[in-house]
Amino acid sequence: MINGSESLVRSLEHAGVEVIFGIPGGAILPAYDPLFDSSIRHILVRHEQGAGHAATGYAQATGKVGVCMATSGPGATNLVTPIADAQMDSVPLVAITGQVPSGAIGSDAFQEADIRGITMPITKHNFLVTNPNDISRAIAEAFHIASTGRPGAVLVDISKDALQANAEFNWPTIIDLPGYKPTTKPNSKQVREAAALIAQSQRPVLYVGGGVIKANASRELLAFAELCGAPLVTTLMARGAFPDSHPQNLGMPGMHGTVAAVTALQKADLLITLGARFDDRVTGKLSTFAPNAKIIHADIDPAEIGKNRYTDVPIVGDLRETLTELVPALKAEFAAGNQADLGAWWKQCNSWRSTFPLGYDIPEDGTLSPQYVIERLGKIAGPDAIYAAGVGQHQMWAAQFVSYEKPRTWLNSGGLGTMGYAVPAAMGAKVGRPEAAVWAIDGDGCFQMTNQELATCAINNIPIKVAIINNESLGMVRQWQTLFYNSRYSNTDLHSKRIPDFAKLADAMGCIGLRCEKAEDVDATIAQAMEINDQPVVVDFSVHRDAMVWPMVAAGTSNDEILVARELAPDWDSQDL
Amino acid sequence: MSLHTLSVLVENSPGVLARVASLFSRRGFNIESLAVGPTEHEEISRMTIVVNVEGNPLEQVTKQLNKLINVLKIVELDSLSSVQRELLLVKVSADTKNRPEVLEIVSLFRAKVVDVVADAVIIEATGTGEKIAALLSVLEPFGIKELVQSGLVAMARGSKSISK
Repeated sequence: MINGSESLVRSLEHAGVEVIFGIPGGAILPAYDPLFDSSIRHILVRHEQGAGHAATGYAQATGKVGVCMATSGPGATNLVTPIADAQMDSVPLVAITGQVPSGAIGSDAFQEADIRGITMPITKHNFLVTNPNDISRAIAEAFHIASTGRPGAVLVDISKDALQANAEFNWPTIIDLPGYKPTTKPNSKQVREAAALIAQSQRPVLYVGGGVIKANASRELLAFAELCGAPLVTTLMARGAFPDSHPQNLGMPGMHGTVAAVTALQKADLLITLGARFDDRVTGKLSTFAPNAKIIHADIDPAEIGKNRYTDVPIVGDLRETLTELVPALKAEFAAGNQADLGAWWKQCNSWRSTFPLGYDIPEDGTLSPQYVIERLGKIAGPDAIYAAGVGQHQMWAAQFVSYEKPRTWLNSGGLGTMGYAVPAAMGAKVGRPEAAVWAIDGDGCFQMTNQELATCAINNIPIKVAIINNESLGMVRQWQTLFYNSRYSNTDLHSKRIPDFAKLADAMGCIGLRCEKAEDVDATIAQAMEINDQPVVVDFSVHRDAMVWPMVAAGTSNDEILVARELAPDWDSQDL
Repeated sequence: MSLHTLSVLVENSPGVLARVASLFSRRGFNIESLAVGPTEHEEISRMTIVVNVEGNPLEQVTKQLNKLINVLKIVELDSLSSVQRELLLVKVSADTKNRPEVLEIVSLFRAKVVDVVADAVIIEATGTGEKIAALLSVLEPFGIKELVQSGLVAMARGSKSISK
């Protein structure tokens, strides 16, 4: 006879779990005893939020389910942010929490929080298990739900008495959830209709979202995109889904997208939407988004179709299957002589691309340009490295100025926009992909939210590299204050060139701390960091604080009002549209 | 205002009502009425939800509901091809003087008196929302002391079963 805790650990082993990020505490304590003997590696983090983001980073980098564990009450509530973050970005995450003994549930017991109730709106599904015999089935179902269909976050809350009592271990061979049957096979009639629309379209754009990466469909996308020949844009969540070096890639659309990507969507007559969700950061003012475009929308989640934008041809299914089926369907159209000439459209797209390339100014006072640091980092670390960003200006620059060639090399918090994501996510990614160089590109604001996990990295031999883009302020908020609040910098000055001393902080946490303040030192500093592989490295890049992210579509305005720099709209009259 | 009646079959497990209510609240969908009860299958409960979908297309409501793992099936029931009923209990002031008038209204509406005291009666009525509203409006002048109403329940006409 085994107990509930042993059943839990055995279940996690059966689910193929290699690593758990977590912190023990009263209610989850029984589980930590058999975990001590398990083949599963447990990484003791410094804060539960770090555990959640690490599990997310691990999942994003590997495609496997990330697992985090915490105790009841504050342990569980500290997981709320990373759970919401993972759910918003469709990351397969299983969070396991201890709960107070079942008899005490509802009594406001010590360290009691109704984490199942709290996480209902931010999980794909969640469980409260009070019967020890249900533990194995709940874990099996949790992994199934998290990793299939549209991936997401699942929480399993287990009462302490269930962990302690005798349990039957019933690992189910078949998961039968009558209310959960994701459609994976696309409807072939819809696929043919999509192919017919694509073949006729004069101005098509492939609008590629993070779903392509989730579906491991990059290779299929490449084949389909090259057959179809249309311009392609990769959203913030899709950076790396399609090589940046490919001539069809116009870059990132949206609030800080390239002029070519934003404008191509606006002027298109057809959007071939693949695993994207018409997020407000991409569409700008929705009613003015891509006004003349018909919409093909392929997604595994039927609820995304028609949610924000009317869809002409919906295709519900796994994107890899959908793209695989689209190839012969489109070939058949072409063979029947239906193939529009995209020459004029490409001429237009290329002219936007060459007239409005991404760029930045070098500060005249000799201070370091943040974009330059990130651009050099991308060049030196290269396309095989993994980059995890926090949220803000540095995140946008990292999305713009690093060239991504491969899926799962760009990790960020796209939907929830969680500051503090980078360091723990990089830690998780490095655990999952130890052979890769993993860089956290972080802001000085973000870094101060979760840098305690550097200690975890140093102690557990997880040699991540952190580039702090230190502009001593909450840079994106400051940018909005510059643009929309008359340069009144209310509470955005962090003074972080003075306090803390990031290099010393790194040193105190068992990492190597480096500083860089001059453009001529950037390459050498990055090279030095690249050579350190036995310890985490933190580089404090002291950068110009007034640099801004451009292009920009101000929140709530139309994509047609994109600005390439402050008060500088593209001169559309000189472009023949 | 555009009202739709949804019959939702759900697993009879703890927290299901909270999940459905939380979904409606989070997505900004408006519930006009909600009734939950057992079905002919022990493990399945049935919710009848009247939803006001002003601004939010009904399709989004059903798609989001379908994403809940515990939701098994959703059927929209329109008022022509289904039987739709609400239950009303209303306590009306009625003494020996005006009780005959109240009883006449009760009989006209094919309602029932289920409790009588010297100065009040409790009337039970079932029917569509319109019938209940009409009954209440004619009872109103007598003095409504208390009323309680169930959510709407509905079933499709014909021999087919929703759970098949």
